[in-house]
Amino acid sequence: MLVLAGIAVIAGGFLLRFNPLLVIIVSAAVTGLAAGLDPGRILATFGRAFNDTRYVTAIYMVLPVIGLLERRGLQARARSLVAGLRGATVGRLLMGYLLFRQVTAALGLTSVGGPAQTVRPLVAPMAEAAAERQTGDDGESERVKAMAAATDNVGLFFGEDIFIAIGSILLMKGVLEGYGIVLEPFQLSIWAIPTAIAASLIHGARLMWLDRRLGRAK
Amino acid sequence: MIGLDLVYAVAGAVFAIFAVSGVRDRRWANAAFHALIALSFLAGDRLGDVINGVLVLALVAIAASGRMRRAEPTPPAEPRYGPRVFVPALVIPATAVIGTILFKQLPGLVDPKQVTLVALTLGTLLALALCAMLLRARPDEPFMAGRDLIDDIGWVAVMPQMLASLGAVFALAGVGEVVGGLIGAVIPAGSVFGAVAAYGLGMALFTIVMGNAFAAFPVMAAAVGVPLLIRGASGDPAIVAAVGMLAGFCGTLLTPMAANFNLLPAALLDLRDKYGVIRAQVGTALPLLAFNIALLYAMVA
Repeated sequence: MLVLAGIAVIAGGFLLRFNPLLVIIVSAAVTGLAAGLDPGRILATFGRAFNDTRYVTAIYMVLPVIGLLERRGLQARARSLVAGLRGATVGRLLMGYLLFRQVTAALGLTSVGGPAQTVRPLVAPMAEAAAERQTGDDGESERVKAMAAATDNVGLFFGEDIFIAIGSILLMKGVLEGYGIVLEPFQLSIWAIPTAIAASLIHGARLMWLDRRLGRAK
Repeated sequence: MIGLDLVYAVAGAVFAIFAVSGVRDRRWANAAFHALIALSFLAGDRLGDVINGVLVLALVAIAASGRMRRAEPTPPAEPRYGPRVFVPALVIPATAVIGTILFKQLPGLVDPKQVTLVALTLGTLLALALCAMLLRARPDEPFMAGRDLIDDIGWVAVMPQMLASLGAVFALAGVGEVVGGLIGAVIPAGSVFGAVAAYGLGMALFTIVMGNAFAAFPVMAAAVGVPLLIRGASGDPAIVAAVGMLAGFCGTLLTPMAANFNLLPAALLDLRDKYGVIRAQVGTALPLLAFNIALLYAMVA
């Protein structure tokens, strides 16, 4: 039970708005000490895991390209593209992106989109431009940008498991084999389809609702 | 074989350039932070576990000192290049697609486990070249612009990696087994619905705590999925596993612990509310979690 103290540290630390990196490292120390590990072992475990997960941070290599394109007017171009489309609304635009993200993720193409690659340079400015046309001002900009990022996540999460060679499918296969249950990846991936459909219906309905709230395109 | 070495060399070089340009502008804390990330990318495998741990402590110390600064305001964009600006932007995803498909046809060239990351890296290099050719970027210009973006993101940049590492300490300390035991203990005996609900909610809750459904799955499978749903209620293992994992993904939409999905976009999009993306996801995650539990119950019972 004592090892759960680390979770309390995380929750309390985030709530009291300490620096999150500090909270994480303190939580690791508390958890490790509660489990009877010596400090050197905790530091080494953390250091090794940090080194093994560098691929998470590698995505920032795209920032020079994105930054330069923004200085050359990429976001403004993306906005004017949408402003010229008749009938483009936030809801329809993000619905299209949701389906694109789900289908490409289901084909294993998970890094086609993402907050740095597509949402910041293209999808968010396009959605903002559509919203401004619907409402006449930029008062909803914060909510629309958040919805663009949310749509990217929903499309990725509830598309990727349809692809048979994705990490989570291989993890499930491996864990079940430990219990003597042998499955083909295909059997697992086919059961991701009902939830993928439910995700596009639920999120799509919310996007249509957002359109109704913002008003029809003028 | 081409693999993570190339990816880390490019990422390390980019952060090294960020660090040098930070030194040039006397932004010491930012420069030191980015220099340490560059060191981790370029030499992490040779540093050893303890030194890597010390490197993390140094990153945390810089972040907690409060001395890292946001970027200075940039001059307004000059939109005189027309639709050509879309070309490098679309080259990155296009290369990711083509590379992923092509490298699978040419075994032995690229490490099959790292195909997408390698393709993304090649796409980035290609896009950088196109920036110079089509948009007349001076060699240092993309890196100055990129540094402004990374400075605006600040120390949040390493938070996903830090949380993943915390997960490793949690695993070593046995946090998973304790949580799994607690959830297993609250199920009323003989209730299939109770077991299904505990499994689905447990996957989501555990994922909210750990930030990752991958960490939750082995624990919930051991505590509830295999003993109660597959062996006890004769549920189809494929359905129990697949739908349980997706219930976990609903939890990923709800937690700041999944920083790369939920906090990083808020920083990148400059949202005032750093939990704004999570708030936008609640309305999808909760009904979808209910759907997964209902689907599982319908298929198992």
